[in-house]
Amino acid sequence: MSMQNQNVAYDSKVEGEIIVTQADAVINWIRKHSVWPMPMGLACCAIELMAAGASRFDISRFGMEVMRFSPRQADCMIVAGTVTYKMAEVVRRIYDQMAEPKWVVAMGACASTGGMYRSYATLQGVDRIIPVDVYISGCPPRPEALLDAMIKLQDKIGRERAVKNLIPEKADSKELAGAGKES
Amino acid sequence: MAESDLAQLTERFDYLTERASSDHLALNCPADQLIELCTALRDEFGYDMLVDVTAVDWDVHSPRFTGIYHFLSTTKHEYLRIASDCPDDINPTLPSLAGLFPAANWHERETYDLMGIQYEGHPDLRRILMWDSYPYHPLRKEFPLAGIETPLPADDVAEATGASVLPAPMMGGPFTSSGDGPMSQTEPRAKDESWNEQQEKPTK
Repeated sequence: MSMQNQNVAYDSKVEGEIIVTQADAVINWIRKHSVWPMPMGLACCAIELMAAGASRFDISRFGMEVMRFSPRQADCMIVAGTVTYKMAEVVRRIYDQMAEPKWVVAMGACASTGGMYRSYATLQGVDRIIPVDVYISGCPPRPEALLDAMIKLQDKIGRERAVKNLIPEKADSKELAGAGKES
Repeated sequence: MAESDLAQLTERFDYLTERASSDHLALNCPADQLIELCTALRDEFGYDMLVDVTAVDWDVHSPRFTGIYHFLSTTKHEYLRIASDCPDDINPTLPSLAGLFPAANWHERETYDLMGIQYEGHPDLRRILMWDSYPYHPLRKEFPLAGIETPLPADDVAEATGASVLPAPMMGGPFTSSGDGPMSQTEPRAKDESWNEQQEKPTK
């Protein structure tokens, strides 16, 4: 730190321990390394989600092991499984109950597109009711795929304009909810 | 064992007729005698477990709906199938067996939900799979697999999302898997791959 910043005339002996950065970078850095997922386990994808949380794949290596079963305490909903029309209402309500900022991962073919369930009972993609940030292919996806998606989500969080989103008149609710996705 | 049951049953209930079956003993029973028959089956013939309740939609034929009941005797280890035609094709009704077998309760709710058969005397005949306001019975022959456009069950969610129940894109489906062979080749595929969303279904 001090080696790099010698050029900007920074003297820690005079000015104390100071880090100069952007608010966006700090906020995003904090957010992306403490994603608290809300496991919306609806079908077999939830089993892979559990495997990703267990010791072999160990999602805690990436700082998102704190699975919260209450939407109030979570900021990333992982929709793992088939969303039926009857369940769609519940998924949407739980999403509404999560505090901002929040993100959604559609895990697997069913959550992304309805998958093999082309039928009267199945919602053809959870993005019809909630804004999705990352889609994962697979039926079900392996835990590695989930980890890859979560890392991609971290990258996405790292690119957000966090401060701008905090200012109410500039940020409409859609931008807050899903980073520019239609909701 | 089943043969003696057949003889005894047909002797005692003269309205029973034997039904073609490739596995177990199967009998036809008129709907208005169903309760009497099933009471005797449970109490006197040892068929003490109701395994399944379902129905068949025969499409244009009449009688259109046939209720199917599978019984198991836990003492004789025999299955028995009872089929009962619904007298009315428009508003099919059957007597409810929920008073005889508690297992019939949810089975009959499911059959009502998906086939639209009214079970008279059922204590709580509500839909069990689809939501209460759903207007169709999806396993009937005239109902398309893709579904029919319907509002979502929750008004506020429908308003917030603009979503509704839309017919599923079939893309040549239904999607089936052969089920054997290496996993890489048993991914579910459309039955008819000659058409999809971009390419119109060929008209014959």
